[in-house]
Parts: sequence; structure tokens; C-alpha cells
Amino acid sequence: MASTLDVNGRVLNVNAGPDTPLLWVLRDELGLTGTKYGCGIAQCGACTVLADGQPIRSCSAPVSAFTGVKITTIEGLGGDHPLQQAWVKHDVPQCGYCQSGQIMGAVALLNQTPKPDDAAITAAMDGHICRCGAYQRIRAAIKEAAGMPVVTTAPVPPLAPAVPAPKA
Amino acid sequence: MRVEQAPAIANVYGNANMGGTQGTGGSSAIANSWEQLRRAGATARAMFVQAAAGKWNVPAGEVRLANGVLTHASGQQAHFGELLEDAAKVTPPDQVTLKDPKTFTLIGTDRVRRKDSVAKSTGAARYTQDVRLPNMLVAMVAHPPKFGAKVKSFDGSAAKNVPGVVEVYQIPSGVAVVANDTWAARQGRDALKVTWDESGAETRGSAAILASFKDLAAGKSAAPEGKNGWKGFDSKGEAARAAGGTAAVEVAYDFPYLAHATMEPMNCVAVVKGNSAQLIFGSQTQTLDQLNTARIVGNLPGAIQIETLPAGGSFGRRANFQSDYVVECVQIAKKVGGGRPVKLVWTREDDMRAGYYRPIVHHTVRVTTDAEGYPATWRHRIVTQSIMKGAPPGMSGDIDFTAAEGALGSPYLKATPVVDAQLLTPDVGVPVLWWRSVGATHTAYVMEHTIDQLARAAGKDPVEYRRALYVKAGANRHLAVLNTAAEKAGWATPAPAGWTRGVAVHESFGSVVAQIAEVQLENGVPKVGRVVTAIDCGVAISPDQIAAQMEGGTCYGLSAALFGEITLTDGVVDQGNFDTYRVLRNSEAPRVETYIVPSANPPSGVGEPGTPVIGPAVANALLAINGQPVLSQPFVKA
Repeated sequence: MASTLDVNGRVLNVNAGPDTPLLWVLRDELGLTGTKYGCGIAQCGACTVLADGQPIRSCSAPVSAFTGVKITTIEGLGGDHPLQQAWVKHDVPQCGYCQSGQIMGAVALLNQTPKPDDAAITAAMDGHICRCGAYQRIRAAIKEAAGMPVVTTAPVPPLAPAVPAPKA
Repeated sequence: MRVEQAPAIANVYGNANMGGTQGTGGSSAIANSWEQLRRAGATARAMFVQAAAGKWNVPAGEVRLANGVLTHASGQQAHFGELLEDAAKVTPPDQVTLKDPKTFTLIGTDRVRRKDSVAKSTGAARYTQDVRLPNMLVAMVAHPPKFGAKVKSFDGSAAKNVPGVVEVYQIPSGVAVVANDTWAARQGRDALKVTWDESGAETRGSAAILASFKDLAAGKSAAPEGKNGWKGFDSKGEAARAAGGTAAVEVAYDFPYLAHATMEPMNCVAVVKGNSAQLIFGSQTQTLDQLNTARIVGNLPGAIQIETLPAGGSFGRRANFQSDYVVECVQIAKKVGGGRPVKLVWTREDDMRAGYYRPIVHHTVRVTTDAEGYPATWRHRIVTQSIMKGAPPGMSGDIDFTAAEGALGSPYLKATPVVDAQLLTPDVGVPVLWWRSVGATHTAYVMEHTIDQLARAAGKDPVEYRRALYVKAGANRHLAVLNTAAEKAGWATPAPAGWTRGVAVHESFGSVVAQIAEVQLENGVPKVGRVVTAIDCGVAISPDQIAAQMEGGTCYGLSAALFGEITLTDGVVDQGNFDTYRVLRNSEAPRVETYIVPSANPPSGVGEPGTPVIGPAVANALLAINGQPVLSQPFVKA
């Protein structure tokens, strides 16, 4: 079935059947592999994209539901979104597999609530599983991007006092 | 600086901490590469200096090198790139002088950062799941519902009628559907009708397996004699004494099967043409994957090419003696043949039900104490499946270290005059594997929670009680991390109102970690707030990444202690996805603070040592709250 999908500001032709989950259309047909498969039942958040600005689990939504809807994927953020910069500054990713979904969830949160408190972060982010357990850095990076005070969670002392550069 | 994955060539890239096998595991990446990379760096430095000296016609001893620039007092200067061609012609020196750690300018500072944060924050990082090759097929496999069952017969006609499905094959591990894309493969797989031969299958449930372990530990059923029988470790003194006297603490602990549940379910891309095979995936142990692939395609292991990609988590799951999912992918790619790429995709349910779990473990511990309340005799029994049983010949020792480590070698056993400790590893038909921190996942819990029960029975403070035992055992590193954690957590002062502290200390993978967790009960469910962590991991190279591993390891261990449990009913795994296998979520994550105890020892592990300590730290807080030990995991039953 040929139809069109508005993804990251481009209208693209799609041949997948109407019941195909949006996730597999994005990944397999459109080659937008930044959005990940994690569970297939909207439990882990790895497949999160924005539909008209709202976060949705693309693994569990048929592509036919998105006619005339503006889809934004991780690729559509452009790479220097304040949340992406904060993610890099805090070295949030470990394995990194869940992070596209985490970031898209956080984008939706900040669009809705520019200065989220802890309860708002929990409400938006508890649907996103990270098995590496980068959770406290995710929280810190969201606050960083929101321009809120960030409590550094790892006050690691240097190994030894600073020493002068070695002589060659 | 750019990081590239090495090709699979064990004699060049072998891991000295894994017997020369190419791979990573046992938290050995830094421990293995530390000296290699220092030598490589020092050698390259000497060659650049020599090249500059030759070009400028000055003595090499007068060339200075700092921050990527070579200089000479005459005013000459050059960047590495300008001297690259000349430096490449210099004969590498046989011996190089490594820097005195006192002169490190990068190591141990926040300038040592991970290199992949941008790629992993933009969707650009390419995982196995993301591999797209011309003409590639996607495969899914119907696996038997019970471990050890085989295909009896199947009907693939409905599957073949699904648009996009290309072919259906029987392979040793089940029935494979190959299709043009993932969704077609999934629909095709779901349309298969397979009848299974369960004559060789494990048909017991997890409760029956645990009950059999308990009977063995209690002597109610007889263990085999000889090499499959009870094996002693750390035992000393008159064993009979450990069974006599009045026990201060006599308890038994139970641990369930655990799935690794990586965010990226297992997957692999294979290209097979005749005897040649190329694999593209997040390999953890390239040498094992080469060996297992070579057997299928009939080639030498060294001829199997592997392009290693980042893995969406492993936690031990991808380091597998059988290379289970890799072999499955190669079997399918061989059926497809002709060099056509095949991507094997497992669904979450496939992954969770495929076994290779942290095994069920049962411990019994009986301790008598001296007049001061410290252990006088210690009787310990561990019953669990052997992980190393699946290892190639020669890799496993007399005792399965992975089943006893952490009890074996414990400073508490060292400090106890009479020890009777034994391990039994009966066979079970459920495949098991190392799971982040391996033996320590249960031994740390048993040792640390038992110690708090003993301290309580002796009327002593748990930190003071440990200090005394570490002094007896000469465990100075344990003492140092405990003291750091106690100081930073404010152990000597009351916890914040409504919170109760618990402490635990454990050594694994060469590093010692102490944690003090602040815990409260919310509707009977433990909530963990601040967790102060102190680690001695030798020379700290990237303090921020050490902290990241402590944060993540703590979440992984807490997830298991609170919620983790795979159960089987009549041989069938009950859980399939995150709705039934509960894992830790953001609001349940503690605030981990990490303090690194300075050390001049060579670097040791950080990936795993942060995982096993949080469970007993929380249990010890619960003991302080309720006065009751917590003798089985998970704490929160489904």
C-alpha cells in the first residue's frame, strides 16, 4: 500500500502495509535507524518518537495512524539540540541503545514543561528503561538543558594533586 | 582521537587477562590494555622525538613533547602530523621508559572522557540491529518452549504466504523464517506451526529445581561422589566443629534465575559463501565466536571475519561458550548461502526465554562465635549450576570458581579459625551464564548480610564489626574503602529523618567497593535514596567513567535484588517482556556518589564490582528497620 509519511519535515512515500508498526517503517523502509526496537509492547521507551510533538511508542502504533501527522525522530533533532548537548556534556550514554528514546521523551517533556520538577521528570521518563542505569545522569542532563541547577552527583577527587607537565 | 574496533585476530588483539582469547569480560578491558597502551604510547613518543631530533639535527634528549607539540630550545616546533612520515621510519625502541605516575597529566583527571557520547546521543551509532546491507534478509526463529526440546515436525505454508517472507528452514535450534524485512519475518514466524519433541527437555519448574538444591544442601538427598560431588574451598580446622556448638546465626539464602535483559535483544548479521563467513555484530568474545562459526562452515577459526559493532548491552550475555545466537544466525546464512547477508533478529520474548541465565543458587550458612561475638566456626554450603561446565576443555579448574568466588577468598573466612565450606554443582537442563559480577551476585549478598546478622547478635555496630574482622584478616583495602564510605556517608551521625543506613563491602575483579545506602520503606517496598560508594580499583584512569560504572552497576544490582526473577513452570519460562520481568526505572534509581580511594596498584575492574554490593547494603538497612534478615531475592515478589 503506497501512502505518505511526514518525517522530520520531509514527506516520504511508504509502501508498508497499514498495520505495520511505525517503528519498522522508520527503520527498515526509511532507513532511520536511530529509533530503536527494545520490547515491542510499549514498555521500554526505546522506540519513542514525536507525533505532532507528543511522545509515542512507535513499536505499538500502526503506520496508518500517522497520515497527516508530523513525525520527529532523533535524526530530526539535528544533533545540537540543547538536550543532546547536555547528554554529551554529562556523558550520559553507556551502551547507548536506549538513548534516542530517552532524548525524545525528554524533548517532549521540556516542550511541555520548560522547568520540570522531579515529579514531572519521573512522569515523563519512568516509561524509559535504561539497563545500564544511566538514570541519574539522564535526570542531570534534563535539568542542565532546562537551565536548572544541576547537583553534581559524582564529586570524584582527582587521583593525585596536580603536577607540572613532565619534561620531555 | 578516533576509536576503531579491531578485527578478530587473537594473536594480535588477545586479552592477556582472558588467556589470550580476544574479547572482553571479567571487567578486564582496562586491566588488560593499560600496560599495552602505555607501552604503545611511550614507543610512539620515542619515535616522534627521534624523528624531530633527526630533522632538526639536535640531540634527542633536548626535544620536548607536551600537549601534542614537539619543541626545541632553538625555536623549532612541530605537531605529530608534520613528523608522521619521518617517525614511521624510525626503528621502534626495544625498551621504553614509562612515566612515573606522579607525572601523569591526563590519567586520573576529567580530561579522560568517553569518545562515543555524540554518536550515541544523535542516533548515529550503528548497532547490530541497524545493519542494512544490499540484498539482506531478516530472520526470526521459532524456538522450542522448553530447554532441550527439538523440532519434531513443522508446517511453514502459512508463514510462506505472508507477503515478504522468502523461505522457511529447519535449523538445529528451531524453525527459521527469512524475509525481506523485520515485520514480515515476525509475522511469518508467528504463522509457523511447529510440533516439538520434548523427550530430551528439562521439564521441571524453577520451584522444583530450587527444592532439589535445598535437599542436596541439607543432606536430604545424596550428592554424587567424586569429581561431580562436594568440593571444599577455604576450609581449615576440624570440620566437625563447624557443625557443633550453638550457632549465633544459622540461615539459608535463595537466589532465582536472572535474565541479562540487555536493551538490544540478541542479534547478529552473517554472510556465508561456501566455507567463508563474515559476521557483523556486537561480539563480546571474538575468538569463541570464530571457533563456533568455523565448525559450521568448515573453515579455520582465523579465517572467520568479524566486524565488531557496539552492543546494546551485554552484561556477560554475549560472551558465550556456545555462541548460541551467533551459531543460529550462521546456520541460517549457510542455508541461504551464496553470500547473501542475513540479519537474525530476536524479539524481547525470544531473548528473555532463551536461557543463559544467572543460575538459581542456594546457600546455607551456620556460624558460631567467640566470647567477643566474632566468628569462631563457619559452615557454608553452596548449591548451584556450574557456569564453567560449558567451557572448552582446559578452561575450567578443579572447582568452578565462578560459583564460589566471593565466598571463596572472603576476608571473613580468613578471620575465622574453623571453616568448612563446600560447593556442589548439580546438572540442570536450563542454560546458565555469567551475569554482571557472576559469583558475587550471590556470594556478596550472603557474606555481607550474614555479617550484619552476626554484628547484630553480638550487639556491635556493623561498621565497627567489619573493621575488626578486616584487621584480623589483614584486609587493608577493605578497611580503606569502608572507612572512606563511612566518613563520606556520615556513618557516625544519625541518618536523615525517615531513612535508615545499611553498609556492605565486597571485593570482585580485583577491586574493592564499599557502599552505604540510605533506605526507607514505602508501602512495604524499599526505596533507596543516597548511596555513598567508595572504590579501590588501582590507578584510576577515568574517574568520571568509574563513577558512571558505579552508578550503573548499582542500578543493575538493585534491579535484581528488588525485582529480578525468571521462573519456570513445568520447564516453560513464565516471563517474556518488561511487563512480567520488572526492571529498575528512573524514579527507583538511587543517587550514587562515588569516591575513589587513591592507589598506585595496576588498574582493576570497574564494570562489575559496583553491582553486587547494593543488594546486601539494602538488606542490611532492612535488617536494621525490621530486625529480620531478608533470605531470598527478589525482595519484591511479582
